[in-house]
Amino acid sequence: MTVAIDRATGKRRGEPDGRRPGPLTRLRQTYQRYWYAYAMIAPVIVVLGVLVVYPLVRGFYLTLTNANSLNSARTIGVNHIEATYEFIGFDNYADILWGPTSYDRFWSHFIWTILWTALCVTLHYVIGLGLALLLNQKLRGRTFYRLILVLPWAVPTFVTVFGWRFMLADGGVINAGLEALHLPTPLWLEDTFWQRFAAIMVNTWCGVPFMMVSLLGGLQSIDSTLYEAAEMDGATAWQRLRHVTLPGLRPVSSTVVLLGVIWTFNQFAVIFLLFGDTAPDAQILVTWAYYLGFGQQPRDFAQSAAYGMLLLAILIVFTSVYRRWLNRDEQQFAI
Amino acid sequence: MSTTTVKTTAPSGPPVAPGGAPRRARRRGENSPAGALASHAILIVASLVALFPIAWLVFLSLGPDKDDYLHPGRIFGKMTLDNYSFVLQETSFFDWLVSTLVVSLGTTVIGVLIAATTGYAVSRMRFPGYRKFMWVLLVTQMFPVAVLMVPMYEILSELRLIDSYLGLILVYCSTAVPYCAWLLKGYFDTIPFEIDEAGRVDGLTPFGTFARLILPLAKPGLAVAAFYSFITAFGEVAFASTFMLSDTKYTFAVGLQSFVSEHDAQRNLMAATAVLVAIPVSAFFYLVQRNLVTGLTAGGTKG
Repeated sequence: MTVAIDRATGKRRGEPDGRRPGPLTRLRQTYQRYWYAYAMIAPVIVVLGVLVVYPLVRGFYLTLTNANSLNSARTIGVNHIEATYEFIGFDNYADILWGPTSYDRFWSHFIWTILWTALCVTLHYVIGLGLALLLNQKLRGRTFYRLILVLPWAVPTFVTVFGWRFMLADGGVINAGLEALHLPTPLWLEDTFWQRFAAIMVNTWCGVPFMMVSLLGGLQSIDSTLYEAAEMDGATAWQRLRHVTLPGLRPVSSTVVLLGVIWTFNQFAVIFLLFGDTAPDAQILVTWAYYLGFGQQPRDFAQSAAYGMLLLAILIVFTSVYRRWLNRDEQQFAI
Repeated sequence: MSTTTVKTTAPSGPPVAPGGAPRRARRRGENSPAGALASHAILIVASLVALFPIAWLVFLSLGPDKDDYLHPGRIFGKMTLDNYSFVLQETSFFDWLVSTLVVSLGTTVIGVLIAATTGYAVSRMRFPGYRKFMWVLLVTQMFPVAVLMVPMYEILSELRLIDSYLGLILVYCSTAVPYCAWLLKGYFDTIPFEIDEAGRVDGLTPFGTFARLILPLAKPGLAVAAFYSFITAFGEVAFASTFMLSDTKYTFAVGLQSFVSEHDAQRNLMAATAVLVAIPVSAFFYLVQRNLVTGLTAGGTKG
């Protein structure tokens, strides 16, 4: 690949001359060799710098202050009021992580967020894989099934969540159905446990199609001769699944699981639209941070931003560990 | 995470299909009748589960009264399209449509235009800082909304861009641009390097190669990137709910919420609006979804 790339740019790396050129010459060579690469990524670097890095730095500074909506710069009518918030160091982080009532404010949401992510991604993957396996057979009408099963992904989430809200409401169709079957009718949108249950249910419903379609693509790219060979060797259906299908899906799986974890961890729309502000205990960290910064009065900007930083840190740590774990496995495969 | 789950649920035990699970008798070509029947049964149930909430929404949108969702049986007797005509004539539906389109299309155009050159550069060239740059692109995509929301709110209110289309477009670009660059890199990787070489041999500059040879070939990839940024901007809830203040500038994601809070839960109108929004988006989605998945997973695995 590197060779092709170097050929493509018309440049060659590491010319075999023994002399090491001076720094100025090297700088000029680097410039001549790479200037168009940098020129091409320059627009994105500018945009990211202005839209991501600057707000990020600014946000990090805010987390070190006690900014809220009462002491931030604001304009009321024609009067402009200057910001009066103060620098307080890492007090926000300390307060969130081990201040008084930090369990209720942070750790309970943290545990629920981890649980939510783990359960949702597991359900997405297992159900998605099951449906993909079923659709990968020679089956009458499978295109039709596929089209219907993709529907929850095709319709925008903010639309379907409202549909679910009608169904889950007290007296809605789900409870009516449960009552007809003489089953208990939980208060889906009021009781904490059932709120969490409902949130996971709705998010699973929304997220399965993506997994299903991706895994179906992965299944179709597995070489069918592998199955023939396995069958010749007398492998049962279960053994074929375990030793041919799942290893064959590895590249797709590792990507969709990573994406799934990131998306679920950051899932804002489902919980926000399903409950609004009515469910303090069912809020995951993202929606909770939003509530602190924008859903209450006075708005606590500093704490909200600090939550954001913590969330980002959690995600970055997870992604690095995950990628390293995948790479370690690949090395084992190579040996 | 679920890779481990799969491992735990898959002990190399007796080679029998586990109880309760469908028999996956995958004999190529032919299925045993029982297996086919079981597959159909599961798929039909799954399809019903997938279809029902949406069908229910459509059904409720036909009921004329706002409490009809509690007595669905009564809707049969008085089905009407009144909700739709009311939504189209009396509410700010078309204002919302305009602002949604302005914001989504603005994000799409800026995102794809800026990201295309970058996608090409990171696909074809290795330069100092390449790996770090790819890492930045990846990390930016997974920013939780909470990270940028507070500082963006501050910055935009200083620039007086709160409650303006431009402000929202800029916010969306912070996720759309790195995402499109990542996705387009995956697509450019599938275009053979030999084409670049041919262009170079014939005397094109690197920019010329990109603009005259690669871009036309990459149209499907560009379309997917465009579509994906469009639906992301279209369905975004958090920033739109916070940054758009005036009724006429709401995007659909915010406008739908306003039915519940302001107009004392006019669920029938809300359902009708939801259906009107969902139909074109879903139709469009079906046209491109196959490419969408390929783009997503290709970009990820080659990182």
